[in-house]
Amino acid sequence: MDTSIWRPILYLIGFMAFAGLNAAYLGWCERKGAGRIQRRTGPMEVGFQGLLQPLADGLKLMSKQLLVPTGVDGILFRVAPILAMIPALTSFAVIPFAGNIQARSVELSVLLLFALASIAMMAILLGGWASGNKYAVISAARSVSQNLAYEIPMLVTVITVVMITGSMNLQDIAVHQQGGFWHWNIFALNKSILMPISFIIFFICSIAETNRAPFDMAEAESELVAGFMTEYGSMGFGLFMMGEYLNMVVGACLVTILFLGGWDCPFGLFPGVWWFLLKIYILLFTVIWVRWTFPRTQIYKLLNLSWKILIPFSLVNLLVTAAFIKIF
Amino acid sequence: MGTENVPSSIVQFAQLDKLLYLCRANSLWPMTFGLACCAIEMMSTGGSRFDISRFGAEVFRPSPRQADVMIVAGTITKKMELAVKTLYDQMSEPKWVIAMGNCAICGGPFKCKNNYNVVEGADKIMPVDVYIPGCPPRPEALLEGIMTLEEKLTGSRRWPRIQPEKIGSLT
Repeated sequence: MDTSIWRPILYLIGFMAFAGLNAAYLGWCERKGAGRIQRRTGPMEVGFQGLLQPLADGLKLMSKQLLVPTGVDGILFRVAPILAMIPALTSFAVIPFAGNIQARSVELSVLLLFALASIAMMAILLGGWASGNKYAVISAARSVSQNLAYEIPMLVTVITVVMITGSMNLQDIAVHQQGGFWHWNIFALNKSILMPISFIIFFICSIAETNRAPFDMAEAESELVAGFMTEYGSMGFGLFMMGEYLNMVVGACLVTILFLGGWDCPFGLFPGVWWFLLKIYILLFTVIWVRWTFPRTQIYKLLNLSWKILIPFSLVNLLVTAAFIKIF
Repeated sequence: MGTENVPSSIVQFAQLDKLLYLCRANSLWPMTFGLACCAIEMMSTGGSRFDISRFGAEVFRPSPRQADVMIVAGTITKKMELAVKTLYDQMSEPKWVIAMGNCAICGGPFKCKNNYNVVEGADKIMPVDVYIPGCPPRPEALLEGIMTLEEKLTGSRRWPRIQPEKIGSLT
């Protein structure tokens, strides 16, 4: 691998631009999608089809008063939004967008990504705790219990993928699935009959991990004002939102690489980065679609879903996969 | 109290200020907050028939820290006065207030001799930028109010104003 200093720097700039554009324009997509689902048009007047809307929102948020209320923990209050953003940005360093488009090929990149995802949860906890607001603290506690509950089935499901591909390197996992959709892990029925179920469990968990509706218990507006970001105005709030959208993108990238063949074309033609982008945007659209279609669940139903359904299913799934690999 | 005189800053960035005000005018996030029946019209404005989101103003933020404009939609009673004032104080600058409906403008039908529990107008407790008359105002009137606030910020109007006599000739 090329070890010159320019490669990481170029990738840093590229991924920063990619991440920034995604964080800004997914907000636009979400508002347009919400509009279309509710038979509205969404933003129309600010630029063509409202395309300048993220720019206006961003500049407005940056120029808004930076308010640190009395009674908050000053340092943690300022650190939390930054901490929400950094893990999501760092994750892009190990994600392979195509065969050679990857900043660093790390041997245990799957593990690294999940470790970073847990730090994003810490940001919510810190933000809620440092605010000194009762709603924010409730939201932080909810968020931690939710993330802990959903990390278990997610990781157990990932073990099945790691077992059938025999590697924890995202690059190797994606290369393993090249050559048409029948090689993809979601359809790899000859390796384990339950792979589609793995995919469904993983996708549900990734929605819950990124705190998206119907699992957005951390910012349930009807109960908790604005959840952990109640006390954040201006860009602190902006960074939390950008972090959420970036986590969505990272989640979609993970689902694509682990189950949908990464940059592979469904029919083995012209594999490349465009297939990867197409797949992650289809997944992101699904996430937005789910958010504006289903109502929010309750916190105990959410935890029941994880502890009583997803965890047993994922454990059985793991055992069946192990048995399949042993027998065939 | 009426309007508030904000002293202008010593250092001025003419073009940058213009740009910032253009951005602020195009993303006026209101607060999720309604006091009486005018709030029903406000919800209708967010709905698909009138669609406030066309102007980028559909992001109703539940927390006052993230909101830009407070739409006082309804009667402010003496009991709610403190809560409304607190919410206004909690909003971070720059912030604007739209008084929607007759009750928020002057007390409306409650402004009478025996009035004992209604605050006679939102401008008794905080500076108001735009008044929208009506009981309650139609959603179009709220959209017009938001456009008036945009005009106040940017100095130019989004669309030409339609004269009332022209409306009469159209129907």
